[in-house]
Amino acid sequence: MLLEGENIGFRYERNSWLFQNLNISIESGEVVGLRGPSGYGKTTLGQILAGHQMPQEGQVTIDGQALPLKGYHPVQLVFQHPERAVNPRWRIQRVLEEGGKPDSDLLSALGIQKEWLKRSPHELSGGELQRICIARALGNETRFLIADEMTTMLDAITQAQIWQSVLEIARARKLGLLVISHDQHLIKRICGRWISLSEH
Amino acid sequence: MALLEVNKLSVSFIQYTSGLRQHEVQTIRDLSLSIHAGEIVAVFGSSGSGKSLLAHAILGILPENARMSGTIHYDGNLLDAYRLLALRGKEIALVPQSVNYLDPLMKVGAQVRSTAVGSDPVAVQRSIFKRYRLKDHVDNLYPFQLSGGMARRVLVATAAVSDARLIIADEPTPGMHSDDVAEALHTFKEMADNGSAVLFITHDIEAALRIADRVVVLYAGTTFEIAAAEDFMGNGERLRHPYTKALWQALPQNEFKPNLGVQPQPNNLPTGCLFAPRCASSTQACKESRPEMRDLRAGSVRCIHAS
Ligand SMILES: Nc1ncnc2c1ncn2[C@@H]1O[C@H](COP(=O)(O)OP(=O)(O)OP(=O)(O)O)[C@@H](O)[C@H]1O
Ligand code: SF4
Ligand SMILES: [Mg+2]
Repeated sequence: MLLEGENIGFRYERNSWLFQNLNISIESGEVVGLRGPSGYGKTTLGQILAGHQMPQEGQVTIDGQALPLKGYHPVQLVFQHPERAVNPRWRIQRVLEEGGKPDSDLLSALGIQKEWLKRSPHELSGGELQRICIARALGNETRFLIADEMTTMLDAITQAQIWQSVLEIARARKLGLLVISHDQHLIKRICGRWISLSEH
Repeated sequence: MALLEVNKLSVSFIQYTSGLRQHEVQTIRDLSLSIHAGEIVAVFGSSGSGKSLLAHAILGILPENARMSGTIHYDGNLLDAYRLLALRGKEIALVPQSVNYLDPLMKVGAQVRSTAVGSDPVAVQRSIFKRYRLKDHVDNLYPFQLSGGMARRVLVATAAVSDARLIIADEPTPGMHSDDVAEALHTFKEMADNGSAVLFITHDIEAALRIADRVVVLYAGTTFEIAAAEDFMGNGERLRHPYTKALWQALPQNEFKPNLGVQPQPNNLPTGCLFAPRCASSTQACKESRPEMRDLRAGSVRCIHAS
Protein backbone atom coordinates (compact mmCIF):
# COMPACT_ATOMS: atom_id res chain seq x y z
CA MET A 1 0.00 0.00 0.00
CA LEU A 2 1.06 3.55 -0.66
CA LEU A 3 -0.02 6.60 1.34
CA GLU A 4 0.42 9.74 -0.71
CA GLY A 5 -0.04 13.43 -0.18
CA GLU A 6 -0.05 15.15 -3.57
CA ASN A 7 0.48 18.88 -4.13
CA ILE A 8 -0.73 19.63 -0.64
CA GLY A 9 -1.32 23.31 0.15
CA PHE A 10 -2.41 24.45 3.60
CA ARG A 11 -2.95 27.73 5.46
CA TYR A 12 -4.70 28.63 8.71
CA GLU A 13 -7.51 30.98 7.77
CA ARG A 14 -6.09 34.01 5.96
CA ASN A 15 -2.52 33.52 7.17
CA SER A 16 0.19 32.90 4.60
CA TRP A 17 0.64 29.40 3.21
CA LEU A 18 2.35 26.99 5.60
CA PHE A 19 3.24 24.91 2.58
CA GLN A 20 2.15 24.50 -1.03
CA ASN A 21 2.82 21.86 -3.68
CA LEU A 22 4.05 19.52 -1.01
CA ASN A 23 4.46 15.88 -1.97
CA ILE A 24 5.03 13.03 0.41
CA SER A 25 4.67 9.27 0.14
CA ILE A 26 5.05 6.39 2.54
CA GLU A 27 4.88 2.73 1.67
CA SER A 28 3.60 -0.09 3.85
CA GLY A 29 6.43 -1.49 5.96
CA GLU A 30 8.46 1.72 5.73
CA VAL A 31 9.57 3.83 8.70
CA VAL A 32 10.04 7.41 7.52
CA GLY A 33 11.30 10.32 9.63
CA LEU A 34 10.03 13.91 9.33
CA ARG A 35 12.16 16.76 10.64
CA GLY A 36 11.99 20.51 10.35
CA PRO A 37 12.10 23.68 12.38
CA SER A 38 9.35 24.48 14.81
CA GLY A 39 6.31 26.19 13.29
CA TYR A 40 6.90 24.94 9.73
CA GLY A 41 3.90 22.68 9.94
CA LYS A 42 5.07 19.14 10.75
CA THR A 43 2.18 18.64 13.12
CA THR A 44 -0.24 20.12 10.62
CA LEU A 45 1.03 17.82 7.86
CA GLY A 46 0.57 14.81 10.15
CA GLN A 47 -2.99 15.93 10.85
CA ILE A 48 -3.70 16.29 7.13
CA LEU A 49 -2.41 12.78 6.39
CA ALA A 50 -4.55 11.38 9.21
CA GLY A 51 -7.64 13.25 8.01
CA HIS A 52 -7.87 15.57 11.05
CA GLN A 53 -7.39 18.65 8.82
CA MET A 54 -8.50 19.23 5.24
CA PRO A 55 -5.90 20.84 2.97
CA GLN A 56 -7.08 23.75 0.78
CA GLU A 57 -5.11 22.30 -2.14
CA GLY A 58 -4.11 18.81 -3.20
CA GLN A 59 -5.25 15.47 -1.84
CA VAL A 60 -4.33 12.53 0.33
CA THR A 61 -4.78 9.06 -1.13
CA ILE A 62 -4.06 5.42 -0.37
CA ASP A 63 -3.24 3.44 -3.50
CA GLY A 64 -4.76 6.28 -5.53
CA GLN A 65 -8.08 6.22 -3.65
CA ALA A 66 -9.24 9.22 -1.62
CA LEU A 67 -9.40 8.54 2.13
CA PRO A 68 -12.75 7.64 3.69
CA LEU A 69 -14.59 10.51 5.37
CA LYS A 70 -16.57 8.15 7.59
CA GLY A 71 -15.78 4.99 9.51
CA TYR A 72 -12.41 3.81 10.75
CA HIS A 73 -9.55 5.87 9.37
CA PRO A 74 -6.65 3.72 8.09
CA VAL A 75 -4.17 6.48 8.99
CA GLN A 76 -3.97 6.96 12.75
CA LEU A 77 -2.23 9.71 14.66
CA VAL A 78 -0.54 9.61 18.07
CA PHE A 79 0.76 12.91 19.39
CA GLN A 80 2.94 14.32 22.13
CA HIS A 81 0.41 14.95 24.89
CA PRO A 82 -1.65 11.84 25.69
CA GLU A 83 -3.59 13.72 28.37
CA ARG A 84 -5.06 15.94 25.67
CA ALA A 85 -5.96 13.00 23.44
CA VAL A 86 -8.31 11.22 25.84
CA ASN A 87 -11.62 12.06 27.45
CA PRO A 88 -10.66 12.80 31.08
CA ARG A 89 -13.97 11.49 32.40
CA TRP A 90 -13.79 8.06 30.80
CA ARG A 91 -12.26 4.99 32.40
CA ILE A 92 -9.17 3.71 30.61
CA GLN A 93 -11.07 0.65 29.38
CA ARG A 94 -13.53 2.87 27.49
CA VAL A 95 -10.72 5.05 26.08
CA LEU A 96 -8.94 1.96 24.86
CA GLU A 97 -12.00 0.45 23.20
CA GLU A 98 -13.04 3.66 21.46
CA GLY A 99 -11.93 2.32 18.09
CA GLY A 100 -12.89 -1.32 18.67
CA LYS A 101 -11.72 -4.01 21.09
CA PRO A 102 -7.93 -4.38 20.98
CA ASP A 103 -6.60 -7.93 21.09
CA SER A 104 -4.78 -9.06 24.18
CA ASP A 105 -1.50 -9.74 22.34
CA LEU A 106 -1.30 -6.07 21.44
CA LEU A 107 -1.91 -5.04 25.04
CA SER A 108 0.80 -7.32 26.36
CA ALA A 109 3.23 -6.28 23.62
CA LEU A 110 2.77 -2.69 24.78
CA GLY A 111 3.14 -3.63 28.45
CA ILE A 112 -0.37 -2.50 29.35
CA GLN A 113 -1.35 -3.80 32.79
CA LYS A 114 -4.89 -5.09 33.43
CA GLU A 115 -5.20 -3.01 36.61
CA TRP A 116 -4.85 0.23 34.62
CA LEU A 117 -8.13 -0.38 32.81
CA LYS A 118 -10.36 0.44 35.78
CA ARG A 119 -8.64 3.76 36.43
CA SER A 120 -9.20 7.30 35.17
CA PRO A 121 -6.71 8.91 32.79
CA HIS A 122 -5.24 11.19 35.50
CA GLU A 123 -4.37 8.12 37.55
CA LEU A 124 -1.84 6.94 34.97
CA SER A 125 1.59 8.47 34.36
CA GLY A 126 2.31 10.09 30.99
CA GLY A 127 4.16 6.99 29.78
CA GLU A 128 1.35 4.64 30.79
CA LEU A 129 -1.32 6.82 29.19
CA GLN A 130 0.72 7.12 25.98
CA ARG A 131 0.77 3.29 25.72
CA ILE A 132 -3.04 3.35 25.88
CA CYS A 133 -3.19 5.94 23.09
CA ILE A 134 -0.85 3.83 20.96
CA ALA A 135 -2.92 0.70 21.51
CA ARG A 136 -6.04 2.65 20.55
CA ALA A 137 -4.35 3.85 17.36
CA LEU A 138 -3.22 0.34 16.42
CA GLY A 139 -6.64 -1.12 15.66
CA ASN A 140 -6.87 -3.99 13.18
CA GLU A 141 -7.77 -1.69 10.30
CA THR A 142 -4.86 0.69 10.84
CA ARG A 143 -2.45 0.70 7.90
CA PHE A 144 -0.36 3.78 8.64
CA LEU A 145 0.68 5.36 11.93
CA ILE A 146 1.78 8.98 12.31
CA ALA A 147 3.85 9.40 15.48
CA ASP A 148 4.10 13.14 16.21
CA GLU A 149 6.71 13.56 18.98
CA MET A 150 5.14 10.41 20.39
CA THR A 151 7.82 9.71 23.01
CA THR A 152 9.20 13.22 23.56
CA MET A 153 7.64 13.56 27.01
CA LEU A 154 8.92 10.18 28.19
CA ASP A 155 12.13 9.02 29.82
CA ALA A 156 14.69 7.20 27.67
CA ILE A 157 13.88 3.74 29.05
CA THR A 158 10.15 4.08 28.45
CA GLN A 159 10.89 5.52 25.00
CA ALA A 160 13.05 2.54 24.06
CA GLN A 161 10.42 0.09 25.42
CA ILE A 162 7.60 1.73 23.46
CA TRP A 163 9.51 1.95 20.19
CA GLN A 164 10.67 -1.63 20.44
CA SER A 165 7.04 -2.80 20.73
CA VAL A 166 5.71 -0.47 18.05
CA LEU A 167 8.41 -1.39 15.53
CA GLU A 168 7.78 -5.09 16.17
CA ILE A 169 4.03 -4.67 15.60
CA ALA A 170 4.64 -2.52 12.51
CA ARG A 171 6.93 -5.20 11.05
CA ALA A 172 4.48 -8.00 11.75
CA ARG A 173 1.54 -6.11 10.24
CA LYS A 174 3.50 -4.30 7.50
CA LEU A 175 2.36 -0.90 8.72
CA GLY A 176 3.84 2.30 7.31
CA LEU A 177 5.17 4.73 9.96
CA LEU A 178 5.81 8.46 9.81
CA VAL A 179 7.96 9.55 12.75
CA ILE A 180 7.85 13.29 13.46
CA SER A 181 10.64 14.12 15.88
CA HIS A 182 13.18 16.73 16.78
CA ASP A 183 15.46 14.02 18.09
CA GLN A 184 17.85 13.29 15.25
CA HIS A 185 19.36 10.35 17.15
CA LEU A 186 15.94 8.72 17.41
CA ILE A 187 15.25 9.29 13.71
CA LYS A 188 18.60 7.84 12.72
CA ARG A 189 18.07 4.87 15.00
CA ILE A 190 14.62 3.80 13.75
CA CYS A 191 13.94 5.33 10.33
CA GLY A 192 14.92 3.90 6.96
CA ARG A 193 14.85 7.37 5.40
CA TRP A 194 13.87 10.87 6.42
CA ILE A 195 12.36 13.99 4.97
CA SER A 196 13.12 17.57 6.02
CA LEU A 197 10.33 20.09 6.00
CA SER A 198 11.78 23.54 5.41
CA GLU A 199 10.79 26.78 3.72
CA HIS A 200 8.62 26.18 0.65
CA MET B 1 26.22 27.75 51.55
CA ALA B 2 23.67 26.41 49.13
CA LEU B 3 21.08 28.80 47.73
CA LEU B 4 18.42 26.09 47.86
CA GLU B 5 18.50 23.14 50.21
CA VAL B 6 15.80 20.47 50.05
CA ASN B 7 16.02 18.08 52.99
CA LYS B 8 14.12 14.79 53.32
CA LEU B 9 11.17 16.04 51.34
CA SER B 10 8.11 13.87 51.23
CA VAL B 11 4.81 14.54 49.52
CA SER B 12 1.64 12.51 49.82
CA PHE B 13 -1.88 12.80 48.54
CA ILE B 14 -5.08 12.25 50.38
CA GLN B 15 -7.43 10.24 48.22
CA TYR B 16 -11.04 9.49 48.96
CA THR B 17 -11.96 6.01 47.89
CA SER B 18 -15.36 4.56 48.57
CA GLY B 19 -17.59 7.02 50.37
CA LEU B 20 -15.72 8.99 53.01
CA ARG B 21 -12.83 6.60 53.49
CA GLN B 22 -9.65 8.43 52.91
CA HIS B 23 -6.20 7.07 52.47
CA GLU B 24 -2.83 8.61 51.93
CA VAL B 25 -0.55 7.74 49.00
CA GLN B 26 3.04 8.82 49.33
CA THR B 27 4.53 9.89 46.00
CA ILE B 28 7.80 11.52 47.12
CA ARG B 29 9.94 10.21 49.96
CA ASP B 30 13.36 10.96 51.40
CA LEU B 31 14.31 13.36 48.65
CA SER B 32 17.25 15.67 49.37
CA LEU B 33 19.20 17.94 47.08
CA SER B 34 20.97 21.26 47.10
CA ILE B 35 21.88 23.85 44.55
CA HIS B 36 24.38 26.69 44.80
CA ALA B 37 24.39 30.14 43.27
CA GLY B 38 25.87 29.98 39.78
CA GLU B 39 25.20 26.26 39.48
CA ILE B 40 23.05 24.30 37.03
CA VAL B 41 21.64 21.08 38.46
CA ALA B 42 19.82 18.76 36.08
CA VAL B 43 17.09 16.42 37.31
CA PHE B 44 16.63 13.18 35.34
CA GLY B 45 14.25 10.36 36.11
CA SER B 46 11.48 8.14 34.93
CA SER B 47 8.12 9.51 33.85
CA GLY B 48 6.01 9.81 36.96
CA SER B 49 9.00 9.81 39.34
CA GLY B 50 7.92 13.11 40.90
CA LYS B 51 10.01 15.66 39.03
CA SER B 52 7.20 18.17 38.53
CA LEU B 53 5.95 17.61 42.07
CA LEU B 54 9.43 18.48 43.34
CA ALA B 55 9.26 21.75 41.39
CA HIS B 56 5.78 22.47 42.70
CA ALA B 57 6.81 21.69 46.28
CA ILE B 58 9.71 24.17 46.09
CA LEU B 59 7.38 26.83 44.70
CA GLY B 60 4.61 26.06 47.19
CA ILE B 61 2.08 25.33 44.47
CA LEU B 62 1.17 21.73 45.31
CA PRO B 63 -2.51 20.85 44.88
CA GLU B 64 -4.92 21.22 47.83
CA ASN B 65 -5.03 17.54 48.69
CA ALA B 66 -1.24 17.23 48.96
CA ARG B 67 0.67 17.02 52.23
CA MET B 68 4.33 17.86 52.45
CA SER B 69 6.98 17.16 55.08
CA GLY B 70 10.71 17.78 55.28
CA THR B 71 12.31 21.20 54.93
CA ILE B 72 13.22 23.58 52.12
CA HIS B 73 15.72 26.36 52.86
CA TYR B 74 16.33 29.27 50.53
CA ASP B 75 19.28 31.58 51.12
CA GLY B 76 19.81 30.14 54.59
CA ASN B 77 16.25 30.55 55.85
CA LEU B 78 13.24 28.30 55.85
CA LEU B 79 11.18 28.83 52.71
CA ASP B 80 7.67 29.02 54.11
CA ALA B 81 4.40 30.14 52.55
CA TYR B 82 4.92 33.71 53.76
CA ARG B 83 8.37 34.10 52.18
CA LEU B 84 7.25 32.34 49.02
CA LEU B 85 4.55 34.93 48.52
CA ALA B 86 7.21 37.62 48.31
CA LEU B 87 9.73 35.62 46.25
CA ARG B 88 7.68 33.59 43.78
CA GLY B 89 7.64 35.05 40.29
CA LYS B 90 10.41 37.49 41.30
CA GLU B 91 13.48 35.92 42.92
CA ILE B 92 12.22 32.41 42.26
CA ALA B 93 10.85 31.76 38.76
CA LEU B 94 9.25 28.73 37.16
CA VAL B 95 9.47 27.72 33.52
CA PRO B 96 6.48 25.36 33.63
CA GLN B 97 6.15 22.03 31.86
CA SER B 98 2.66 22.62 30.61
CA VAL B 99 2.03 25.40 28.13
CA ASN B 100 -1.35 25.68 29.83
CA TYR B 101 0.39 27.92 32.38
CA LEU B 102 0.30 30.80 29.91
CA ASP B 103 -2.67 33.08 30.53
CA PRO B 104 -5.09 32.03 27.76
CA LEU B 105 -6.75 35.46 27.64
CA MET B 106 -3.63 37.59 27.36
CA LYS B 107 -1.58 38.18 24.23
CA VAL B 108 1.85 36.63 24.62
CA GLY B 109 3.82 39.86 24.04
CA ALA B 110 2.01 41.49 26.96
CA GLN B 111 2.58 38.44 29.16
CA VAL B 112 6.32 38.58 28.68
CA ARG B 113 6.40 42.37 29.19
CA SER B 114 4.63 41.96 32.53
CA THR B 115 7.62 40.06 33.99
CA ALA B 116 10.35 42.12 32.30
CA VAL B 117 12.58 44.20 34.55
CA GLY B 118 14.06 47.56 33.56
CA SER B 119 12.68 50.86 32.33
CA ASP B 120 11.60 49.75 28.86
CA PRO B 121 9.75 46.43 29.02
CA VAL B 122 8.63 46.69 25.39
CA ALA B 123 12.21 46.89 24.12
CA VAL B 124 13.26 44.05 26.45
CA GLN B 125 10.39 41.84 25.25
CA ARG B 126 11.02 42.63 21.55
CA SER B 127 14.71 41.86 21.80
CA ILE B 128 14.16 38.56 23.60
CA PHE B 129 11.52 37.51 21.03
CA LYS B 130 13.96 38.36 18.30
CA ARG B 131 16.57 36.20 19.94
CA TYR B 132 14.08 33.31 19.97
CA ARG B 133 13.08 33.95 16.36
CA LEU B 134 9.53 34.92 17.34
CA LYS B 135 8.39 37.33 14.66
CA ASP B 136 6.73 40.70 15.36
CA HIS B 137 3.20 39.43 14.76
CA VAL B 138 3.65 36.84 17.54
CA ASP B 139 3.37 39.67 20.12
CA ASN B 140 -0.33 39.85 19.31
CA LEU B 141 -1.11 36.13 19.30
CA TYR B 142 -2.97 34.36 22.07
CA PRO B 143 -1.41 31.18 23.50
CA PHE B 144 -3.79 28.84 21.59
CA GLN B 145 -2.48 30.21 18.28
CA LEU B 146 1.09 29.08 18.96
CA SER B 147 2.58 25.79 17.87
CA GLY B 148 3.97 23.65 20.69
CA GLY B 149 7.54 24.72 20.02
CA MET B 150 6.64 28.41 19.81
CA ALA B 151 4.80 28.29 23.14
CA ARG B 152 7.89 26.74 24.77
CA ARG B 153 10.08 29.54 23.42
CA VAL B 154 7.68 32.10 24.91
CA LEU B 155 7.92 30.35 28.30
CA VAL B 156 11.72 30.42 28.28
CA ALA B 157 11.68 34.06 27.15
CA THR B 158 9.50 34.89 30.18
CA ALA B 159 12.18 33.56 32.54
CA ALA B 160 14.97 35.20 30.56
CA VAL B 161 13.55 38.73 31.01
CA SER B 162 13.08 38.35 34.78
CA ASP B 163 16.04 38.70 37.12
CA ALA B 164 15.35 35.61 39.19
CA ARG B 165 18.08 34.14 41.42
CA LEU B 166 16.58 30.66 41.28
CA ILE B 167 15.08 29.34 38.06
CA ILE B 168 13.17 26.09 38.11
CA ALA B 169 12.75 24.89 34.54
CA ASP B 170 10.40 21.93 34.22
CA GLU B 171 10.89 20.26 30.81
CA PRO B 172 11.56 23.52 28.99
CA THR B 173 12.66 22.02 25.68
CA PRO B 174 10.56 19.05 24.47
CA GLY B 175 9.42 19.33 20.87
CA MET B 176 11.77 22.27 20.24
CA HIS B 177 14.00 22.33 17.20
CA SER B 178 17.72 21.95 17.92
CA ASP B 179 18.52 25.64 17.24
CA ASP B 180 15.90 26.70 19.76
CA VAL B 181 17.12 24.15 22.29
CA ALA B 182 20.61 25.61 21.89
CA GLU B 183 19.23 29.11 22.47
CA ALA B 184 17.34 27.99 25.60
CA LEU B 185 20.49 26.31 26.94
CA HIS B 186 22.42 29.48 26.25
CA THR B 187 19.86 31.49 28.24
CA PHE B 188 20.16 29.18 31.25
CA LYS B 189 23.95 29.21 31.05
CA GLU B 190 23.95 32.99 30.95
CA MET B 191 21.67 33.19 33.97
CA ALA B 192 24.00 30.83 35.87
CA ASP B 193 27.07 32.81 34.82
CA ASN B 194 25.36 35.87 36.28
CA GLY B 195 25.07 34.07 39.61
CA SER B 196 21.61 32.53 39.41
CA ALA B 197 20.94 28.90 40.23
CA VAL B 198 19.10 26.77 37.69
CA LEU B 199 17.26 23.56 38.46
CA PHE B 200 16.79 21.95 35.05
CA ILE B 201 14.24 19.13 35.02
CA THR B 202 14.33 17.24 31.74
CA HIS B 203 14.18 14.01 29.73
CA ASP B 204 16.53 15.55 27.20
CA ILE B 205 19.66 14.12 28.76
CA GLU B 206 21.98 15.13 25.96
CA ALA B 207 20.85 18.78 26.04
CA ALA B 208 21.07 19.04 29.82
CA LEU B 209 24.58 17.58 29.95
CA ARG B 210 25.81 20.36 27.70
CA ILE B 211 25.29 22.92 30.51
CA ALA B 212 24.73 21.07 33.80
CA ASP B 213 27.30 20.91 36.58
CA ARG B 214 25.62 18.14 38.55
CA VAL B 215 22.79 15.69 37.95
CA VAL B 216 20.19 14.37 40.40
CA VAL B 217 18.51 11.12 39.35
CA LEU B 218 15.00 10.37 40.64
CA TYR B 219 13.04 7.13 40.60
CA ALA B 220 9.71 6.32 42.25
CA GLY B 221 9.76 9.57 44.21
CA THR B 222 13.23 9.35 45.68
CA THR B 223 16.83 10.20 44.83
CA PHE B 224 18.86 7.31 43.41
CA GLU B 225 22.04 9.13 42.52
CA ILE B 226 23.80 12.48 42.55
CA ALA B 227 26.54 12.60 39.93
CA ALA B 228 28.79 15.06 38.15
CA ALA B 229 27.64 15.80 34.60
CA GLU B 230 30.96 14.35 33.35
CA ASP B 231 30.06 10.95 34.80
CA PHE B 232 27.63 10.49 31.90
CA MET B 233 30.05 9.19 29.27
CA GLY B 234 31.05 6.01 27.44
CA ASN B 235 28.97 3.01 28.53
CA GLY B 236 28.13 4.67 31.80
CA GLU B 237 30.95 2.97 33.69
CA ARG B 238 31.39 6.04 35.92
CA LEU B 239 27.74 6.09 36.90
CA ARG B 240 26.91 4.60 40.29
CA HIS B 241 23.33 3.33 40.27
CA PRO B 242 22.08 0.47 38.04
CA TYR B 243 19.04 2.59 37.12
CA THR B 244 21.17 5.53 36.01
CA LYS B 245 23.28 3.19 33.87
CA ALA B 246 20.11 1.69 32.32
CA LEU B 247 18.75 5.17 31.60
CA TRP B 248 21.99 6.17 29.88
CA GLN B 249 22.12 2.98 27.82
CA ALA B 250 18.51 3.40 26.68
CA LEU B 251 19.29 6.58 24.71
CA PRO B 252 18.94 6.14 20.94
CA GLN B 253 22.51 7.40 20.46
CA ASN B 254 23.77 4.77 22.93
CA GLU B 255 22.30 1.27 22.86
CA PHE B 256 18.56 2.08 22.73
CA LYS B 257 18.27 -0.81 25.16
CA PRO B 258 14.94 -1.05 27.00
CA ASN B 259 15.18 -2.16 30.62
CA LEU B 260 12.11 -4.35 31.15
CA GLY B 261 9.39 -3.73 33.68
CA VAL B 262 7.79 -0.57 35.02
CA GLN B 263 8.38 1.77 37.93
CA PRO B 264 6.41 0.52 40.97
CA GLN B 265 3.13 2.25 41.81
CA PRO B 266 3.27 4.49 44.92
CA ASN B 267 0.63 2.39 46.73
CA ASN B 268 2.42 -0.86 45.97
CA LEU B 269 6.12 -0.37 46.65
CA PRO B 270 8.57 -3.20 47.23
CA THR B 271 9.80 -3.39 50.82
CA GLY B 272 13.49 -3.25 49.95
CA CYS B 273 15.25 -1.32 47.21
CA LEU B 274 12.69 0.34 44.92
CA PHE B 275 14.63 -0.79 41.85
CA ALA B 276 15.04 -4.43 42.92
CA PRO B 277 12.23 -5.85 40.69
CA ARG B 278 14.06 -4.58 37.58
CA CYS B 279 17.66 -4.77 38.72
CA ALA B 280 20.01 -7.36 37.22
CA SER B 281 22.40 -7.02 40.21
CA SER B 282 19.75 -7.49 42.87
CA THR B 283 20.47 -9.92 45.73
CA GLN B 284 18.50 -11.09 48.77
CA ALA B 285 19.97 -8.27 50.87
CA CYS B 286 18.53 -5.71 48.43
CA LYS B 287 15.03 -6.96 49.11
CA GLU B 288 15.28 -6.77 52.89
CA SER B 289 15.51 -3.05 53.57
CA ARG B 290 15.43 0.25 51.76
CA PRO B 291 19.03 1.38 51.04
CA GLU B 292 20.12 4.75 52.44
CA MET B 293 21.80 7.43 50.35
CA ARG B 294 25.60 7.16 50.80
CA ASP B 295 28.59 9.06 49.47
CA LEU B 296 30.56 7.41 46.71
CA ARG B 297 33.29 8.77 44.44
CA ALA B 298 32.49 12.48 44.90
CA GLY B 299 28.80 11.82 44.37
CA SER B 300 26.18 9.80 46.18
CA VAL B 301 24.05 6.74 45.54
CA ARG B 302 21.20 4.72 47.03
CA CYS B 303 22.39 1.19 46.26
CA ILE B 304 24.11 -1.25 48.59
CA HIS B 305 26.21 -2.87 45.87
CA ALA B 306 27.39 0.21 43.97
CA SER B 307 31.16 0.67 43.97
N1 LIG C 1 -5.48 27.33 15.35
C1 LIG C 1 -4.52 28.05 14.77
N2 LIG C 1 -4.76 29.31 14.33
C2 LIG C 1 -3.79 30.03 13.73
N3 LIG C 1 -2.53 29.58 13.53
C3 LIG C 1 -2.21 28.34 13.94
C4 LIG C 1 -3.17 27.51 14.58
N4 LIG C 1 -2.57 26.32 14.90
C5 LIG C 1 -1.29 26.42 14.45
N5 LIG C 1 -1.07 27.62 13.87
C6 LIG C 1 0.18 28.09 13.25
O1 LIG C 1 0.61 27.15 12.29
C7 LIG C 1 2.02 27.01 12.27
C8 LIG C 1 2.40 25.54 12.29
O2 LIG C 1 1.91 24.89 13.43
P1 LIG C 1 2.30 23.38 13.68
O3 LIG C 1 1.86 23.05 15.08
O4 LIG C 1 1.78 22.58 12.62
O5 LIG C 1 3.92 23.48 13.62
P2 LIG C 1 5.10 22.42 13.98
O6 LIG C 1 6.02 22.40 12.86
O7 LIG C 1 4.59 21.15 14.42
O8 LIG C 1 5.78 23.22 15.20
P3 LIG C 1 6.38 22.68 16.59
O9 LIG C 1 7.51 21.81 16.24
O10 LIG C 1 6.78 23.93 17.25
O11 LIG C 1 5.25 22.02 17.30
C9 LIG C 1 2.53 27.84 13.42
O12 LIG C 1 3.09 29.02 12.88
C10 LIG C 1 1.29 28.18 14.25
O13 LIG C 1 1.38 29.47 14.80
S1 SF4 D 1 20.38 -2.03 46.02
FE1 SF4 D 1 20.38 -3.98 44.93
S2 SF4 D 1 18.46 -3.98 43.78
FE2 SF4 D 1 18.84 -1.88 44.42
S3 SF4 D 1 19.90 -1.01 42.73
FE3 SF4 D 1 21.48 -1.71 44.10
S4 SF4 D 1 21.94 -3.77 43.37
FE4 SF4 D 1 20.02 -3.19 42.41
MG1 LIG E 1 4.63 20.27 16.27
